[in-house]
Amino acid sequence: MKIQAPISKSMLNEIKSGDFLYISGTIYTARDAAHKKLAELINLNKELPFDLKGAIIYYSGPSPASPGNIVGSIGPTTSYRMDKYTPDLLKQGLSVVIGKGKRSKEVIDSLVEYKAIYCAAYGGAGAYLASKIKSIIPVAFEELGPEAIYKLEVEDFPVIVVNDLWGNDLYESRGKI
Amino acid sequence: MRTVFYDEIVKKIKNEVININCKPSQHLLDLYEKGIHNETDGRSKNILCILKENSLIASEKMIPICQDTGTLVALVYLGKDIKLDKGFLLDAICQGVSEGYKDGYLRKSIVNNPIERINTNNNLPPVVHTFITNDDQLTIIIMAKGAGSENMSSLKMMAPSSGIDGIREFVIDTVRKAGPNPCPPISLGIGIGSNFEGVALLAKQALVKDLISDKLSYHNDYEILENEILDELNNLNIGPQGFGGKTGVFEVKILMEPCHIASLPVAVNINCHVLRHARIEF
Ligand code: SF4
Repeated sequence: MKIQAPISKSMLNEIKSGDFLYISGTIYTARDAAHKKLAELINLNKELPFDLKGAIIYYSGPSPASPGNIVGSIGPTTSYRMDKYTPDLLKQGLSVVIGKGKRSKEVIDSLVEYKAIYCAAYGGAGAYLASKIKSIIPVAFEELGPEAIYKLEVEDFPVIVVNDLWGNDLYESRGKI
Repeated sequence: MRTVFYDEIVKKIKNEVININCKPSQHLLDLYEKGIHNETDGRSKNILCILKENSLIASEKMIPICQDTGTLVALVYLGKDIKLDKGFLLDAICQGVSEGYKDGYLRKSIVNNPIERINTNNNLPPVVHTFITNDDQLTIIIMAKGAGSENMSSLKMMAPSSGIDGIREFVIDTVRKAGPNPCPPISLGIGIGSNFEGVALLAKQALVKDLISDKLSYHNDYEILENEILDELNNLNIGPQGFGGKTGVFEVKILMEPCHIASLPVAVNINCHVLRHARIEF
C-alpha cells in the first residue's frame, strides 16, 4: 500500500501487521544518542527540533555521501536500543517508527495505547534504500555525525508492518498470518 | 628475514577495507542465490532478492552494502622471520583502516570510551589479534563487523557433562533469542574449548574458517556437525529478516581447541547476511 507522510492516526486503522507499505514524504532519522537528547528535551519541557505529531522516525545512521550521491548507505539499526525512550516519544504524537528487530512488551503496549505502528525496513540493504531518498538535511545535533537527526524526503520507501494498532506482532506470527 | 614494506601494508589494508564494505564476494552472491532457490514462500524469496539487489547496487555505485561499516577486526598471522622496512606494524594497520574509512566514505562508528561515547571520527582503533607463525609469511584477515549481529553473540562456560547436546541447545537458544535483530540470514562462528577469552576469539576465527584453514593448529573438520546444526536452526522458521522461512541461517562454522578438564567453554559469534571479510597476503 502506498502512503503519504505525515500520517494521520485515522489512516493507521487501515494498516495491519504483515502489510508492505511504500512511504513517500518526510521522515526523520534518530538513533541512540539522538533519542537520549530528545528524551532530555521532553523531560525539561523544551521545544523539540521537529514536530512529533503524525511524524515518522527512522532508526538509522547513514554512511557519508560520496561525490555524485545524495546519501551513502541508509538502512535501519536494531530497534530495541530505543525501547527505553519510545513510549515517551509516542506520547508526543509520533505515528510511525521504523527500524529492525523485536520491541519490548512495553513498546508494543504503548503503540496500542497511543495509536502508532512499528515497521521494519530491510536490515543490511542500505544501498538499496538509499535509492528511495530524494534529499537529506541535518536538522539537529549535527555534532553527533551519523547519529544526528536528518530530515529525509523519500519516495516509495519500502517497509513491512510489524506491530499494528491491535498489538499484533509479525515476528511472533511470522508465516502464520 | 623477509622484508615487508610499511606503505604496502597501509595501501592494501585501505583498499580492502573499502572493497569488503562495498563489493559483495562471489561467495555472498552464491549464498543469496541458494536462498532464493530454496525459499518457497513469496515474501522470503522477495526479501532475499532485495538483499542481493542491494549488494549489486552497492558495488555498482561503490557505496557500502550496509551503512554500519562496523568495527574493523584484523587477524594478523605474523611469521617469525618477517621484518618491516620502517615503522610499526600496528601503526600501518591503523593508518590503512583510517584512510579506508575516510576515502571510502564509510561510516565512522567507534566511540572513544564506552561511557563517555565520543566518536573518534576515524573508526580507530581496530580490534587486532596477532598470531605468531613459524615461517616468513605475513597474512592479515580483515573483517568489518557490524554491531547488530555482534550484540546478539553469546558465550557460556558450560559443565563438561553438558556435552554436545548442551552445546546444540545453547547455540539454538542464542539464535532463537537473536531472532530478527542481527539481520538474518546470519552466519555463525562457533568456538568450543580453550578458555574464557580464547573461546571468543575462536568463534571469531570460525567465521572466516575457510580463509584461514592453513593457519589452524588443530584438526578442524566438523562439516557433518556444522550441517546438522544448520538444518536444526533453519527449522526454527526465522527466515530472511526474521519474518519466517527456511533461510534464517546461511552458514555454521565450528572451531575447537583443547581445554581444561573442568571446562567446556562455548562461544557463538553471529554475523549478519552481509559477510565482509578478506584475506590479504604480503
Ligand atoms: S547487523 Fe549487519 S546488516 Fe544488519 S545493520 Fe548491522 S552491519 Fe548492517
